Amino acid sequence: MIQVNYRQIDSVTVVDVAGRITLGDGSTLLRDTIRELLDKGEKRILLNLGEVNYIDSSGLGELVSAFTQVRKQGGDLKLLNLTRKVRDLLQITKLYTVFDVRDSEVAAIAAFDPEIDSDAAPSPGM
Amino acid sequence: MDQNQAIHRAIVLDSRIESVDQAEATADRVAARAGFDEGERHRITMAVREITVNAVMHGNAYDTGKKVTIEFSLSPSDLVVNIRDQGSGFDAAGLADPLAPENLLRQSGRGIFLARAFMDRVEVRPSSSGTSVLLIKHRQARRPLDAPTRS
Repeated sequence: MIQVNYRQIDSVTVVDVAGRITLGDGSTLLRDTIRELLDKGEKRILLNLGEVNYIDSSGLGELVSAFTQVRKQGGDLKLLNLTRKVRDLLQITKLYTVFDVRDSEVAAIAAFDPEIDSDAAPSPGM
Repeated sequence: MDQNQAIHRAIVLDSRIESVDQAEATADRVAARAGFDEGERHRITMAVREITVNAVMHGNAYDTGKKVTIEFSLSPSDLVVNIRDQGSGFDAAGLADPLAPENLLRQSGRGIFLARAFMDRVEVRPSSSGTSVLLIKHRQARRPLDAPTRS
């Protein structure tokens, strides 16, 4: 139902999500991945949702939770490559005003604040 | 298939997360049979999903002795979905506005809001024996058989 992988590009961790972010396993896997990255000191996180075809309200809650957790650690989380359905959902719920949403991975990576203090040296992705 | 044919279908689900996927799949089949396009089917199934989640989690509180009943009724004018739990009822008027700035970063509280955004009419009817939520989607824009296009 959901696949989550991540890779490191410079100081940014790109998390590639595919499938459905919904109540249950989908939300849990995303939550665990974000927690794992924060535990490793990764504070610049780019969530690539280009292959996500469905998010329910629980999934939206996970995105919000991920965002607030990363911010609390002094980091930043941006969204990349929203599908039409996900974009509509973020607009309806006004979460589009909360997240920094990007369409280009290169531009998104360049947009992270270089002043963010990372606890971890860049490491190879999964 | 006659998309204007009246249909009535009911399913009774256990109070567990897996039931939500079953409700969604059934809603998608009924909506497809009604002739809704892919975008409308997505909105309908999401509304059914959100209300079923509420029924399982909040209404029945995962109580294995309680069921969620979903009735789908398709008439020439409307798709009507009635989702009932066996909880103690709740006051929908007391729900926080998820669009209020102070609530935007809340992790939950968007389910009924999304159902209202995606359906033409949503009625929440709480009672001491459970909550019933009526979801209505009009079919007026879809005339597969009775309005042939003339050029």
